[in-house]
Amino acid sequence: MKLKKILPQVLTLLFIVLVFGFFTMNAQENMGARGLEFGFGFLKTQASFDIQFSLIDYDGSHSYARAYLVGLLNTLLVAFIGIILATLLGAIVGVARLSPNYLIRKTASFYIEFFRNIPLLLQIFFWYFAALRALPMLEDAPMLLNSSFMTIKGLYTPAPIWTNFDIFFTTIIIAMIIIFFFAKYAKKKQEQVGKRLPVLIISLAIFIGLPLLTFLIGGVDLSWSFPVIRQMSQSSYTFDGGLKIPPELIALTLALTLYTATFIAENVRAGIQGIGKGQKEAAASIGLTPSQVLKLVIMPQALRIIIPPTTNQYLNLTKNSSLAAAIAYPDLVLVFAGTAMMQTGRAIEIVGITMATYLTISLGISLLMNWYNKRIAIQEK
Amino acid sequence: MSRNNFNLLKSKHQTNQNISLILGVLFFSVGIIDFYLNNYFNTNITSFLPRIINFFTPLIFGVIGLHLIRIEFSGIKILDNLNKNINTSNFNAVLSTSIILLIIFAAPPLLNWLIFDANIAGDSKEACTGGGACWVYIKIWFNRFMYGMYPNAEQWRINVTFIAVLVFMAAGFFVPTRLRNYLSLYYTLLLPIISFILIYYIISGGSFGLVWVETGAWGGLSLTFMVSFFSLIFCFPLGMMLALGRRSNLPIIKYSSLSFIEFWRGVPLITVLFMSAVMFPMFLPEGTYIDKLIRVVVAITLFEAAYTAEVIRGGLQALPRGQYDAAKSLGMGYWRMHVFVILPQALKLVIPGIANTFLALIKDTPLIFVVGLLELVGMLNLAKTNPKWLGFSMEGYVFAGIIFWIICYSMSKYSQNLELKYKTDR
Repeated sequence: MKLKKILPQVLTLLFIVLVFGFFTMNAQENMGARGLEFGFGFLKTQASFDIQFSLIDYDGSHSYARAYLVGLLNTLLVAFIGIILATLLGAIVGVARLSPNYLIRKTASFYIEFFRNIPLLLQIFFWYFAALRALPMLEDAPMLLNSSFMTIKGLYTPAPIWTNFDIFFTTIIIAMIIIFFFAKYAKKKQEQVGKRLPVLIISLAIFIGLPLLTFLIGGVDLSWSFPVIRQMSQSSYTFDGGLKIPPELIALTLALTLYTATFIAENVRAGIQGIGKGQKEAAASIGLTPSQVLKLVIMPQALRIIIPPTTNQYLNLTKNSSLAAAIAYPDLVLVFAGTAMMQTGRAIEIVGITMATYLTISLGISLLMNWYNKRIAIQEK
Repeated sequence: MSRNNFNLLKSKHQTNQNISLILGVLFFSVGIIDFYLNNYFNTNITSFLPRIINFFTPLIFGVIGLHLIRIEFSGIKILDNLNKNINTSNFNAVLSTSIILLIIFAAPPLLNWLIFDANIAGDSKEACTGGGACWVYIKIWFNRFMYGMYPNAEQWRINVTFIAVLVFMAAGFFVPTRLRNYLSLYYTLLLPIISFILIYYIISGGSFGLVWVETGAWGGLSLTFMVSFFSLIFCFPLGMMLALGRRSNLPIIKYSSLSFIEFWRGVPLITVLFMSAVMFPMFLPEGTYIDKLIRVVVAITLFEAAYTAEVIRGGLQALPRGQYDAAKSLGMGYWRMHVFVILPQALKLVIPGIANTFLALIKDTPLIFVVGLLELVGMLNLAKTNPKWLGFSMEGYVFAGIIFWIICYSMSKYSQNLELKYKTDR
């Protein structure tokens, strides 16, 4: 009986050790043959390649570690924008899918069936190589909203120029802290006295009012730098000032958003459908207003159904953002697992670091979402 | 009804109802005609209005029209249906009108580009004169999109192999009842071996007088099918073992399965393919070479097996405890219990989930371009850089999109049907 339990485990362990041992041995031999030594010292050496789009200060003289950071930030940027937009779009489409209006319902389900059944890579290629390439050249681009230009080289928008940005930023954080404690206080008050404070309006007032105050007394100032076209030579133009959003970022965000939103929409629909009609009727019958029914009865229950699968979609979106490499958006995979690896030849370390990074992001998001999920789960007593 | 408070034109009298009906239809048609003229004839019949209102006139007229024809129980069946479905409130009227206008705005140019202005006759770029799509491009490159760089004269070999594999797959449905028990064995063990032998000897060639075609030349849609077929077939048993391992009581087996699953689920497929392309050769003894295609299939298999394992685990967890207890009380051991009692029931539950995994797998196959294998999407990117055929990327992507859409949509509908079927069974 004991043997029956130990033997399979020993065999599994032996198998794993053998496979890893075999791989490590070969890797050592191969790297020795190429004159490489396993280690992460190369991260400190000069990268000497350029990256098209970077959120932080970077040029060829910086180290590989800095290049890694640039790639990671670009990945996180796409994932962050994508998650926000996909959630908004997905929520709207998911609700639209349940609309009593035939046209709305059919449009929503057409959108879902259309975009979820085409490979994401194809969609990225479509937006980047076909759709965005049809945009006008710099000199022909019409002005949008009196400030921006949508061109074949990307979107040029006004860039904010801050003075004393750090004061402004600190105030926002302070406002958030105040709101947090205020919400706690309001909840306590409600439990004690039974009176609901207008939390949302007061929070909004704090959130907008405090930062605004810094403009008046804190010396914070905001001005905009508008993109202005300038002719460089006979046929080449450029924009001075403003903020340039590269077409790769636009194509990638667009494709990721449209693709992931279909899945989120289905989750939202399932979540809302999962709430029994009786819940709504019961809530109405004890005298809650329609907005209270939605906020206090329907949403808390629907969220419980919606959040776990939606977390998965957030993870998928983050992982799918690695397809950026296909259209040369400098994300983690392209910068680090692509260019940096070609230059250093350190396949094991670099692919290892890249995978570890994605693993960390994935586990991080799922831990965060598990925590949130636990918080809103039914508290059984 | 509170609606009547601000509704001046509408009342419950029969005569007024007819008047408002006529007025409503009139308003709605004016809105549509205005929009149509604006878009396709560059004339604006409402240009006397200020510019801001002028821009919204089609919408405003449409909504007023819908508002007027919103009559409860008019007795006209079509009208009542219309009201019930797209015209229940002013908000819905705005949305409905917007969507109708959007369709009028988008559909004709789209159809023109796709069909009416498109060119399909001819065999060179010069044949494409219209403003629409150039399907000649697809026609000329069709073989490449289907078979990659596989030599034209040898393409019958791919067709023959595919038909043969399909026949072997279909053969399972016609076996006599007494052999039915061995069916799963046939599908999980025998079929992969047969298919592999067929592909190795017929598509790859090199013996029986067939020319050797290296895997680098394979490509197009047929490669998509091959990669997804083998990955699916191999990832299924592996996923099953992992799912059982994850639910095992033995700590080492449980945690090694768990970490295997979590590892593959945590990394993107593109890095896994990078790993198979550049990192994996470093792990092999000097001089060993494994074909690129095989490496890719192994990588995708391991990746998808982790997802399959989670799907199967869902099925295992959904089974009531009584099934386990009953099997144990009959004196069955671990393997007998799982093979004869648990797995047959659990797998039936997870067929839709497996179909979804397969769907994701098909949608993931274009990624193999990172290791230099060109399936359909990869071939498109190659074709569009051909100097003779520049500027047709749109046609190519639309074509590939349609093909993938048909495959994936039919599969997802099929899996939804299965889901419904098995739901009612239990």
